[in-house]
Amino acid sequence: MVAGDASQEPLIVLDKVNKFFGDLHVLRDVDLSVGRGEVVVVIGPSGSGKSTLCRAINRLETISSGQITFDGKALPAEGRALARLRSDVGMVFQSFNLFAHKTILENVTLGPIKVRKDKPEEARKRGMTLLERVGIANQAGKYPAQLSGGQQQRAAIARALAMQPKAMLFDEPTSALDPEMVGEVLDVMTSLARDGMTMVVVTHEMGFARHAANRVVFMADGQLVEQAEPGEFFANPRSDRAKDFLSKILTH
Amino acid sequence: MPVFSDPTNFDAYVSGFLWILKLTGASALLALVLGVLLAGMRVSPVPVLRWFGAAWVNIFRNTPLTLIIFFCYFGLYATLSITLSDDLILNNFWLGVVGLSVYTAAFVCEALRSGINTVPAGQAEAARAIGLTFSQTLRIVVLPQAGRAVIAPLGSVLIALCKNTTIVGTIGLLEASNVMKQLINDNGDQVILIFLVFAGTFAAVLIPVGYFFGWLANRLAVKR
Ligand SMILES: Nc1ncnc2c1ncn2[C@@H]1O[C@H](COP(=O)(O)OP(=O)(O)OP(=O)(O)O)[C@@H](O)[C@H]1O
Ligand SMILES: [Mg+2]
Repeated sequence: MVAGDASQEPLIVLDKVNKFFGDLHVLRDVDLSVGRGEVVVVIGPSGSGKSTLCRAINRLETISSGQITFDGKALPAEGRALARLRSDVGMVFQSFNLFAHKTILENVTLGPIKVRKDKPEEARKRGMTLLERVGIANQAGKYPAQLSGGQQQRAAIARALAMQPKAMLFDEPTSALDPEMVGEVLDVMTSLARDGMTMVVVTHEMGFARHAANRVVFMADGQLVEQAEPGEFFANPRSDRAKDFLSKILTH
Repeated sequence: MPVFSDPTNFDAYVSGFLWILKLTGASALLALVLGVLLAGMRVSPVPVLRWFGAAWVNIFRNTPLTLIIFFCYFGLYATLSITLSDDLILNNFWLGVVGLSVYTAAFVCEALRSGINTVPAGQAEAARAIGLTFSQTLRIVVLPQAGRAVIAPLGSVLIALCKNTTIVGTIGLLEASNVMKQLINDNGDQVILIFLVFAGTFAAVLIPVGYFFGWLANRLAVKR
């Protein structure tokens, strides 16, 4: 391959990123790069800055210093360029955040129609295909409140995929779910990972991290404390913070 | 009902309430458009727009409507010679509509703004995350949900507006309350009857309006 080929350079690069909320230093000199097709799982104790990191990547949260590059370009600060960037980065939230006044299919077609200016008919066709893929095509005409949590989260994943994003961010996608619904969402995520989607996943699901991730990143107090391939990380965590954290979550 | 069996009086009664209807309709439409724009300004990231929205609400919500209508007549029309129609009656009508609209828009704006606060922040975040711009997020995701949450309060604003239109009588329009005053002047022996008929007409229209908005609010409520 030619040197400098776009497929060689990482898709997401964070360079010395700092974030303050007032006096609170939430991200401290964070350096992270995510390759194309790579699945990175971010773990760490509550309040360590995982959500903030995730949200900074599509600029739902601004950063105080440092630089974030997506697909070779610095994140735009605002306006249409920022909106365009966001449409390239799918985001899945802990609380689903499906548009409550729109049906499931409308949720999935809204972005394609309003942002990408697709024809409604085409958007609906592709929307139905996506809903089939996540296994809820039969719920297309219902409103979010009529669906179970697991179904809502799968719809939210379909909504993000409808924009044909280059990467997907997941912020604790299964934390708000009843235990019996966690599996169905993780299955969808695992199949996405297999299909080569670039993913940054904040999660406490260690099974998912083991099976689907290329790399595990451990955060504490706003810092990336350590990162490793999952087998390595779970077997031999190097830092005391990571050992301590793992001992707490793996015992139950 | 001796007063109203006189066709002249009956026609005056009907045309008085027709003016009320026209004033209410035109002002409600204008106030809704203005109120939505103002609410958008009040939550926008642009400081000048936020300031403008807040100034509008603070000025017009805290000025008695009578003063606003007088200003439209004596200020806009008599002093600044702003005419809205060559027909004197229509000119008064439109001056009244302007006053009622700028005043009512402040209340529509505040109702919508309280509705916006009922929409979880995650809704706007999800909208931004799929690449909708600020104004698309507001128009497509936030305001429709905010609007549904405040249908009942907007109904109250509409009812208040309808009653407030009688103030336009003070600048010469022969709307219902003005007609009532004339009928009372000419028929001093039937004051109570005249009063009951006019008040009853307002109630007969506005009570169903109130129930309708309550029903609509239930029907359109966003389930979460
Ligand atoms: N909008 C905000 N304003 C002020 N402080 C905030 C804000 N958002 C987050 N914080 C603080 O920043 C820190 C990091 O928060 P963040 O949500 O990124 O942590 P997290 O690792 O995702 O935690 P959790 O596992 O509980 O979700 C916390 O101390 C939090 O209280
Ligand atoms: Mg979090």
